[in-house]
Amino acid sequence: MRAIILEQVDRLLAAQSGAAALRRLEAGEWPEELWEALEGLGLPLLLVPEELGGIGLGWADAAAVWQVIGRYAAPAPVAECMLANGLAAAAGIEPRGGFSSFGQTAPFGRFAAQLLLEPAPGRLALHAPGAATPGQNIAREPRDAMTPGPLLAEGALPNSHGPRALRLGHALLRAALIAGAVEHALALAVDWANTRKQFGRALAKFQAIQQQLAVVASEAAAVSVAVSAAARAVDSRGLEGASFEIACAKVVAGEAAQTTAATVHQVFAAIGITEDHELHHTTRRLWSWRDEGGSERAWAGEIGRNTLAQGGAALWPDITARDIS
Amino acid sequence: MRFELPSLPGGSAGLRAELRAFLAEAGRDWTPAVRARSWMGFDREFSRELGARGWIGMVWPKAYGGHERSGLERVVVLEELLAVGAPVGAHWIGDRQSGPLILRRGTEEQRRKILPGIASGKLAFCIGLSEPEAGSDLAALRTKAERVPGGWKLNGRKIWTTNAHLSDWMIALVRTSPAPEGGSRHAGLSQLLVDLRLSGISIRPIRDLLGEESFNEVTFDDVLLPEDALLGQEGAGWAQATEELALERSGPERYLSSLPALTAGVDALRDVPGADVAVGRMVARLNTLRGMSLSVAGMLEAGEAPAQEAALVKDAGNDFEQRLPEQIRALLEPEDMPEDLRALLADLTQLAPTFSLRGGTREILRGIIARELGLR
Repeated sequence: MRAIILEQVDRLLAAQSGAAALRRLEAGEWPEELWEALEGLGLPLLLVPEELGGIGLGWADAAAVWQVIGRYAAPAPVAECMLANGLAAAAGIEPRGGFSSFGQTAPFGRFAAQLLLEPAPGRLALHAPGAATPGQNIAREPRDAMTPGPLLAEGALPNSHGPRALRLGHALLRAALIAGAVEHALALAVDWANTRKQFGRALAKFQAIQQQLAVVASEAAAVSVAVSAAARAVDSRGLEGASFEIACAKVVAGEAAQTTAATVHQVFAAIGITEDHELHHTTRRLWSWRDEGGSERAWAGEIGRNTLAQGGAALWPDITARDIS
Repeated sequence: MRFELPSLPGGSAGLRAELRAFLAEAGRDWTPAVRARSWMGFDREFSRELGARGWIGMVWPKAYGGHERSGLERVVVLEELLAVGAPVGAHWIGDRQSGPLILRRGTEEQRRKILPGIASGKLAFCIGLSEPEAGSDLAALRTKAERVPGGWKLNGRKIWTTNAHLSDWMIALVRTSPAPEGGSRHAGLSQLLVDLRLSGISIRPIRDLLGEESFNEVTFDDVLLPEDALLGQEGAGWAQATEELALERSGPERYLSSLPALTAGVDALRDVPGADVAVGRMVARLNTLRGMSLSVAGMLEAGEAPAQEAALVKDAGNDFEQRLPEQIRALLEPEDMPEDLRALLADLTQLAPTFSLRGGTREILRGIIARELGLR
């Protein structure tokens, strides 16, 4: 099932994404046609159980889809909608049609049909969107300050998701999108290195270039593994039960975002910083997404405080005790 | 490249508990110097003890002294040994690469003769790859074996051979026929099993920057080897050695070499401002590297040959274990460190340069990754 959906999403985004679509999105246009196609695949309801009309897949499946979306620089906020609908359903709130966003600073909030909030630990509330004060991140994706409208429904999350499910889910979502964006930035840079010639040979023939891009490949692998581990842990133990793995994934993703963006811009040189080139759509998202859902500093601080409180002797046993067999 | 997290076998937690109970007792008197050296440290008695408990050659058939456990159970054992810096060097090479190579490529007689000795912790192996004129450019090696009546005559020199002076056997990559004119230098190489007690072999220790004799120069002067010294196929040495390196590169020893310093560091850093973020970053990397290493272990277990993935894990892991002592040092003044931590860091600082040299340099590994990316 996962393989089929991944292939469908990949094919759809390959056909309907690209620099022109991202430019329109960043100019504030809603990607209506793409959104309808994504709804046609049932993507917004991927994490919603079948008995509530969804596809009923798990977090590992969702994270794999998010990674594909990240490869295309997220040309529509469907990952965010998947998270909002999935969590709402987990709290027993029946999903509604259209785009669902979440949080006080809501991704694409101005376009939301409903807004999911966490008014108290472990409780979720679905609101009509209310008024949106437009804002944006450095990728020029809408991040709008919301005044929630009337309450539509509310419910309690299962204990396994804990008291800060939206923050944890958001962190996993951003880490997964970063995993895809890092992959894409690397692919673009490899392609460019094989195309661009200087001193009579392709950039790819220079060891200085090879060695730098090898490091990016290493980071791509690290984020991807960290995200898979986190999503698998959520499937097994819920969001709060997976908070360590999610924190690890967001830290590694944030660090990888920095290394990747810096390196690919160095490889592309001047052409890569032009408005016309597609590279910046991905690198500006790397710089934005690492800050959203908690920075690497915030999550590393949480991991570190726990580690220091438990003491050195507990470090290795605590890591291995989280193994999933 | 592909990384997929395996599930650990059901009994892993019990196996871990068994190891921890054993190591708490066995490791009571290990000094920081012993723990910093870990798999470079050579302690035959400890290796025999592990062998007696069935923790060497775990995945090999029982007929050869093995225990027919899964590869992932073996990783559980390796992780626990390395996490406390156990001195495992006397059996490490045999268990990790020489034994598996003999099992895969050796004759029935070679298997029966050697594998039970490795599995019981009695036979120690060293790696015969580097030569004075062949470091990263391994195919430039010159050590040569010629066929003579009854076997082979071996001449040449191997160098930087860790613990050769304490080992029983070496698997040496040597030239057994000239490289074809204008052809690949990888042709004509073979692997030979060399009994280090044979006459004509001299082993000269080379003092290292720690003031210790841990690696060596091994000289072969008309050494007569029996017919059955040939391991695997004549002329297929390069491919076999490459296969061996895939086993060597992705294990937990590629990111855990400095773990004892983090364990000790955590206790010393508890009240240091800003230590939480720095420690959190290290732990996030540690946990992720473990996932990457386990992914490769899962692929090896499934019979795949993830050579590029293994190179990537080694490069990323070496970077982590090499920087770890520096990161702890950046958080704590030397005079504020407990003696145990200061001693660990002193040794690890001097050992750390080898982390990105042994088993393939950083530059060679990144070259392998780059080729896989379609660069070069």
